[in-house]
Amino acid sequence: MSPKTLYDKIWDAHVAHEADDGTCLLYIDRHLVHEVTSPQAFEGLRMTGRTVRAPDKTIAVPDHNVPTTLDRADATTMTEDSRIQVEALDKNAKDFGIHYYPVSDVRQGIVHIVGPEQGWTLPGMTVVCGDSHTATHGAFGSLAHGIGTSEVEHVLATQTLIQRKGKNMKVEITGKLAPGVTAKDITLTVIGKTGTAGGTGYVIEYCGEAIRDLSMEGRMTVCNMAIEGGARAGLIAPDEKTFDYVKGRPHAPKGAQWEAALNWWKTLYSDDDAHWDKVITIKGEDIAPVVTWGTSPEDVLPITANVPAASDFTGGKVDAAQRSLEYMGLTPGTPLSEVEIDTVFIGSCTNGRIEDLRAAAAILKGKKVKDGLRAMIVPGSGLVRAQAEEEGLADIFKEAGFEWRLAGCSMCLAMNPDQLSPGERCAATSNRNFEGRQGRGGRTHLMSPAMAAAAAITGRLTDVRELM
Amino acid sequence: MDPFNTLTGIAAPLPLINIDTDMIIPKQFLKTIKRTGLGVNLFDEMRYDDDRNEIPTFVLNKPQYRDANILVTGENFGCGSSREHAPWAIKDFGISCVIAPSYADIFYNNCFKNGILPIVLPQEQVDVLMKDAEKGANARISIDLEAQTITNSEGEVFSFEVDAFKKHCLMNGLDDIGLTMEKVAAIDTFESTAAQSRPWV
Ligand code: SF4
Repeated sequence: MSPKTLYDKIWDAHVAHEADDGTCLLYIDRHLVHEVTSPQAFEGLRMTGRTVRAPDKTIAVPDHNVPTTLDRADATTMTEDSRIQVEALDKNAKDFGIHYYPVSDVRQGIVHIVGPEQGWTLPGMTVVCGDSHTATHGAFGSLAHGIGTSEVEHVLATQTLIQRKGKNMKVEITGKLAPGVTAKDITLTVIGKTGTAGGTGYVIEYCGEAIRDLSMEGRMTVCNMAIEGGARAGLIAPDEKTFDYVKGRPHAPKGAQWEAALNWWKTLYSDDDAHWDKVITIKGEDIAPVVTWGTSPEDVLPITANVPAASDFTGGKVDAAQRSLEYMGLTPGTPLSEVEIDTVFIGSCTNGRIEDLRAAAAILKGKKVKDGLRAMIVPGSGLVRAQAEEEGLADIFKEAGFEWRLAGCSMCLAMNPDQLSPGERCAATSNRNFEGRQGRGGRTHLMSPAMAAAAAITGRLTDVRELM
Repeated sequence: MDPFNTLTGIAAPLPLINIDTDMIIPKQFLKTIKRTGLGVNLFDEMRYDDDRNEIPTFVLNKPQYRDANILVTGENFGCGSSREHAPWAIKDFGISCVIAPSYADIFYNNCFKNGILPIVLPQEQVDVLMKDAEKGANARISIDLEAQTITNSEGEVFSFEVDAFKKHCLMNGLDDIGLTMEKVAAIDTFESTAAQSRPWV
């Protein structure tokens, strides 16, 4: 047998049909659904008289535009159009008989946090969702990627996706990370190096000692941003940490099925002499705590650097950098650590898990948010929130002056009322710093939860190592 | 879906790289449960000021480009989220062909499912067409999907590549789901085999 990558193995196990030209029907094991990209797909099913082929493999949860304020049980806190979308999902879940976690359920949260938490996401699976950050689930060694609404309808109706195989890319992070450096710094550093189109056409497998050393939460953070590097999916081979995380979750296999699953999962790794179309290697010790300065996730620099000038770049990036600098209101040459912020947002499917909240709490314990700053923590799910309360993290946040919210996407994309005003500057743990992403005219700097917590204390972009 | 065969029309130049889906259609317009009506909000934040007045310098607000049906733009067009609202907005505005050196994966795929032809050309050729587009409404561009060619107002012809299956579907306005349903036996077989080999799924 010829050597295979992890991606090859999962792909081969899911091809239901291959046409002569190489176009495949890829069987989908888990289909996650949220309120924003699904209404038109369900409408399409109704119009054509089609049904959901595998409702038991389809899981829905509203997350993108649900309010995260404590009074959200009161439907009037939602705008009319948001309410219509959430109600449409309620109805579609019921009519088509799919698994559903409504807003009132403690298990509700961001779809990419709920999936793994409930044991829906398992190694070796194919997972799709009408959301580009589906890449998150790759942390379990499952082939997971975002799809458009037409494809959502296609998966609902056929449980397959029309696909051509992508290329294999290996991103190896060797050695150990320095203190204060986290999974977020790894993933941002990789994008800074490859650019936002560097992974286009590839599936990335992250490997190396620094990746192995990460917790499952950290691995999800890394895979989450594979899409910001242009790759549809990011993967990490499953290991004991993965199996420990999965074991005992509500929808994980049990008994004899667990043993059978485990036997197969243990074969899910890239063979030693497998072929890679592209390889990138970064030394773990070379990665610093980083922030973004511009309006593309590739605009990454160590916190110790200065704001660049457009003339530092070449090609189309010169104009893009100039536009970014103007939008971000930054002057070239300014030390990044002197850039003052107005808002701190900790949350999102990148960094809304318990480990992220622990990292933020470790910095915030006994400290206060800088006067005049707005600071918000939005846990990724109701269960993350409950655990943070049990561990006393919520008290640390509240005492520091953070707002402690209910679960949802919140200010990651600002579809609910959590938004930046024009010109407001935010230290955010989310994944996109595009123009207007967190509100029209809002300025976003991406960073790790520990870095965002440090910024909340000083009121400026801050090297977390100063506070450790 | 509307079949796509030939198209002759006005090309609007948008010479920016990394145009993301938030720029194409900001999230406040994703709250619809319909596929239509998004054209007025295409490129919303570049197109309107805070008081919802048109920004006259933005290309689609200029009189000569209001009826554009082709967009010429920079590399990595459509990066960011998977929102199909981006191609819906483009289509609803009246644009059914985009020409760029490269696209983000998901956006590229989404175009074909909505009757939009995304053409990839080398940067130098995009530069030529960009200059052409900048001449305004008289510089008409013609696209022939069958022949896989673009002809600019000077009569220059550029060939482009497109996946044969995607081309077939686009030219015939075929619905993917219908095509897949024809292979339902293969899916049934796969499903029952997988139920044995991976019963935990
Ligand atoms: S948290 Fe942000 S990136 Fe993640 S699913 Fe929600 S909106 Fe998308």
